[in-house]
Formats: sequence, C-alpha cells, structure tokens
Amino acid sequence: MSIDTSPGPAPAGTDRSTNANKAVVQPGDRIFSGLAKGAGILILVVLAGVAAFLVIEATPALLAPADQIPGGNGLVAYIGPLVFGTLLAAVIALVIATPLAVAVALFITHYAPRRIAAGLGYVIDLLAAVPSIVYGLWGASTLAVASIPLLIWLETYLGWIPLFAGPASGTGRTMLIAGVVLAVMILPIITAVSREVFLQTPKLHEEAALALGATRWEMIRMAVLPFGRSGIISGAMLGLGRALGETMAVALVLSASGGITFNLIGSGNPATIAANIALQFPEANRLDVNVLIASGLVLFLITLAVNSLARLIINRRREFSGAN
Amino acid sequence: MTIDTTQRDPDRDIAPAPPVTLEKQGQLPRMIVPGVLVAAAVVVGVLVALIGFNIGLFVIATAIVFTITLYVLARAVEGSRKATDRLVTAVVTSAFALALIPLVSVILTIVTNGVARFDAEFFGSSMRGVVGEGGGAYHAIIGTLIVTVLAAVMSIPIGLLTAVYLVEYGKGRLARSITFFVDVMTGIPSIVAGLFAVALFTALLGPGARFGFAGSVALSVLMIPVVVRATEEMLKIVPNELREASYALGVPKWRTIIKIVIPTSIAGITSGITLAIARVIGETAPLLVTVGLVANVNLNPFDGRMATLPVFAYNSYANPGVPRDPYIDRAWTAALILIIIVMVLNLAARLIARAFAPKTR
Repeated sequence: MSIDTSPGPAPAGTDRSTNANKAVVQPGDRIFSGLAKGAGILILVVLAGVAAFLVIEATPALLAPADQIPGGNGLVAYIGPLVFGTLLAAVIALVIATPLAVAVALFITHYAPRRIAAGLGYVIDLLAAVPSIVYGLWGASTLAVASIPLLIWLETYLGWIPLFAGPASGTGRTMLIAGVVLAVMILPIITAVSREVFLQTPKLHEEAALALGATRWEMIRMAVLPFGRSGIISGAMLGLGRALGETMAVALVLSASGGITFNLIGSGNPATIAANIALQFPEANRLDVNVLIASGLVLFLITLAVNSLARLIINRRREFSGAN
Repeated sequence: MTIDTTQRDPDRDIAPAPPVTLEKQGQLPRMIVPGVLVAAAVVVGVLVALIGFNIGLFVIATAIVFTITLYVLARAVEGSRKATDRLVTAVVTSAFALALIPLVSVILTIVTNGVARFDAEFFGSSMRGVVGEGGGAYHAIIGTLIVTVLAAVMSIPIGLLTAVYLVEYGKGRLARSITFFVDVMTGIPSIVAGLFAVALFTALLGPGARFGFAGSVALSVLMIPVVVRATEEMLKIVPNELREASYALGVPKWRTIIKIVIPTSIAGITSGITLAIARVIGETAPLLVTVGLVANVNLNPFDGRMATLPVFAYNSYANPGVPRDPYIDRAWTAALILIIIVMVLNLAARLIARAFAPKTR
C-alpha cells in the first residue's frame, strides 16, 4: 500500500494549476529529494558492494590449486560438508519450530484472553531480542547437558532410525541440540508473521463459521488456516533464512568434527558454514581467509535465494488477498 | 414486533424428530478441566516418583496424560467434534507453555551464573595484565558503545532518508526495487555482513586490518534495513490531511516533511531506531571477524583492535585461560550485562511508542 502524497489538483477556478504546482518546487526541495533518493540508491550500492567485495576476496580461493585449500582436496570438498551441515541444522530447526510457531500464533490470536494477548505476543517477541551469543552460552551449558539422558533414550529405543543411530554424544553438543537452539531462535520470527496473517482473517468468515455451529477448531481449520497458509509458508522461509545464517549459537553448541552424516545424536557432525567461519577466522592466514570468504559467499547466495522466495510469496499474497 | 411461535405448532407433526445424536451431546461440567489436570498431575507425580523424580519428565507426562484423558472423556460425553476441539485447545495451550520454557530457562541460567561477578570491579577495570581472578569488562563495554554509536550515526540518516524517499517521493521501478532489496538486506546473515566489511577493508587497506570502524560498517549493513522498515511504517500512518493542509498554506514539500510529517511520527521512529540498536548491539559474529579482541582500553575506532561485550563473552567462554572458572564467570556476567542492555532498550522502545503514540487525530 502506498499513500499518494503528491499535492492534489488546484481548486477549481485557478487555471494556472500546473504552474502553481511548479512554483512550489524550491531549491531546498530539489536538494532534499535528491538527498532522499541518494540514500535509497546508496542502499542498492551497498548491497551490490556486499556481493562484489565478497566475490573479489573469494577469487583467490577459487583459483588456488586444490592442495593449498585446508583439507587438501579442493574447495568443493571443503565447503560441501559445511553446506550439508548448514542445511541439516536449518531443516531440523524448521521442522521443530514451524508447527510450534503456528500453535503459538493461534494461541495468541484465538485462544488467549483478549486482554492479555498483546502482552503474550510481547513475551514471545522477547525471545527474538535475546542476542545469539546468549543462546549459544545457554545451549552449550544448560540445554546440551540436560539433553544427555534424552540422547541416550533416543539411541536405546529409536536407534533403528538412522537419524538416532548413535553412539550418543557424551557432552550433548550434537546436531540435534544445535537444531533445537536454532528452533528457539526462529520461533518468534515465524510466530510474528503467522500472527499477523491470522489477525487479518476476515472477521465475517470467522463469525459465519461459528454461526453455522462450527466449534472453535473447525472455525480455525475452515477460515483461519486456509487464509493464513501463504503467511505461514513465508514466515517459515524467513525463519529458514535466519537459521541458515545463525553463527554464534551453532559455533558454541555444536562440537563439530567429521563429514557428512545423518546421525544427529553422535559427535561426528560437520559444522555449518557460519559457525565454521567464526571458529576458523581468528586464526586464519591469507589464503584461509579467502577460502572462508568463499564459503561466506555460498551462504550469502543460499540465504539470498531463500529470502527472495519468501518475500515474493508475501508480496504476491498482499496483491491478491482481499484483506487490507 | 414479536414473532408468534405458536403458529408453527401445526407443522410440528411434519417436522423431523429431533436427531438421536442430540442425546449424546451432554456437556462436561466447567470444573472438569482443572479437575482432570490435578488428577493427571497426582497420578503422574506418583508414577514418576517411583522411577526417580525429574521435573521435565513430570511436566511433559502430565500434559500428555491430561490431554488424552480430557479427549476420551469429552468424546464419551460430548461427541467427537467437541472432543477434537478440546484436544486442539489443550495442544495449542501446551505449545505456548513449551515456547516459554526456553525464555525462562535462558534468563534463569544467565542470571544465576552471571551474578557471581556482577560487581563494581567488573564495570571498573579492564583485562589488562589480568591472569586468572579479577579483571572486568570496562574496556569491552566502552568498545561496544563506540562501535554501536558509530554504526547508529551511519545508519540512522541513511535509513531515515531512504524511508522518506520511499514514502514521500518514491514511485516506479527504483522505489520498488529499493523496497525489495531492503527486504532482502534484512535477511543477510550477520556473519556475511562481517565478511563484507573484512573484504572491503582488505581490498582498501590490505589484509589483516582489524579496527572498530570496520565493525561499525558491518553493523550498519545489518541496521539500515531495520531502520528503513520501522520508519517507513511510521511515515505511512501520518494522515494525508496534514500534508495537504500544509501544501495549502504554501509550504514547500521538503519543509512539510521536516516540519509536519516527521514530527508527527517521531515517537514511532525513535522507538523503531531503539529496536534497531537493540538488534545490533548484541551481534557477535561480525565483530569477531572485523574488530577482534584486546585486553586493554582502546578509544580509537580507526586504529587497532577493540574489545566488545559479545566477543569478550564468546572468547572468555570458548578459549578460557588456565584457572578456568574466572574466565567462565566473566563470560556469564558479560552475557548478563548484554541481555540487560537489550531488554532495557526494548522496554524503552515500548515506553517511547506508548508515551508519544502517533498523533493521528
């Protein structure tokens, strides 16, 4: 939605309406609008600069012989497991967080008493405000330790599923727990977007369903969820984008070693791209820095694709939905 | 006018008999929900106590037993539709409670571990020459303030002007592409913003440069889109009548924006900017790669590494020195200070927004 702010046509009776409009444009006007436009263009330049400088600094790594890349097997062999780790952690987070976030959003919009609903929404937003380093410290020291019995239980009773093959890690600092921490971090994002669309459900649809004798859940299933589906999807994709790029929480929680594996509770999982950069960067020398920047470029492209897709879904919905 | 219902009496014989299922649709008493909850808690409590008490297991098992019992009871008395409704209500409510657990647990963990070193020495001294006990985060607090203020000084004018452009001037493809890319920019991972600053200053100054300003540049990349978004929303809700009244008095557009539009929405803008600062002040990853860490106070953001609170907390925890505990304690206290700063900023933003709510009337 945009508001048309251009001065309207001059009142009837003045023939010089176009001239009168022009006469208002002063030098100050031109300078100010130029400044505003310049700031907008600067943002585009910065974003282009992000891509350009990442490419420039990643080039030496792309051109370097395979044996100089850490690991000695070339860039693809170095970044491949990291991409796998990144996707795996993000997918775990998404699988846990999405249903939970939808339920929380429903609770806030349709179940909680009206008077405290806004306050509850604020409490969930606080989850988003907590810095990632704090989540990292909490995950590594509290959650990981508390999860050890659960990991052993999973290994004992669900060990036949490849995901829980074990042997269970003794520290709890596993891919599964990293995914849980990420789920906590993206929960408020998905909740916020879902809450927004649930609130936009036309009141008449809801009341019509209730008037036909539907229970509250039937009303939600027939009126609210179909209306909010694209909102949930785009919220989940925004959460996915955040989970892919989350750094410090994973760097602190996941004790990474080893290559591609689907075993979530063992101690041999690959790091994520972002966590690997944070862990390796302080000790990296020249070519290592280029390699890390190249991996950052891959991460940038992945998140760019995910976020653009999410935004496209949101924007398309905004145009076609009857709401607003 | 009243409707005479007696007239329909003759039809009664033709009308179908009341549905048989209605007999089943009794209603559970209101007290059934707390009743079942208490019963489930007692039963589960006894069972859990037999195998060794565990608060997490107790709560989860109680929730499951409660939900299933209520569902079965409701199905027997009220029918399957009402039972499903009750089931969903229980599930949704437990989901909300489940979502609160991490928040409570995070705050408890940070506070209990952080108070040990929450003392005057922590705020008053740096880590210069400190091995083991003692020392503080004075240098890191100063560093965080310098880096964040520099980032804010760069981001706020750019963000504000861009929002003004988008709302007041922007039309056509340029405005649309700026809107889209601001959205995309919101999703840039913080570590990528940090790498951008590294790549930028490596290209300009050569490799290995670490200084506070580079961190500010990285934080600006993260902060600008948040400022744009928040300001844009606020400018949009300024009523058009105010602008038109100003134009009608012959005030040029730019003065209208500065004198009318922005003052009207200043509360929302300030609150949005406060939230943007709260978002970047806790960022660790970009500062880790751009600013690094030192043990002493460095007030010059253009020369040499600086300490910042998040990086200080990370490094104290991840690479502790030889007596391990003092380092871990300092990490917790730094995290505690960080979370206090963020919460205070969030609260301030709420209060600003509420106290000076947009004057839309």
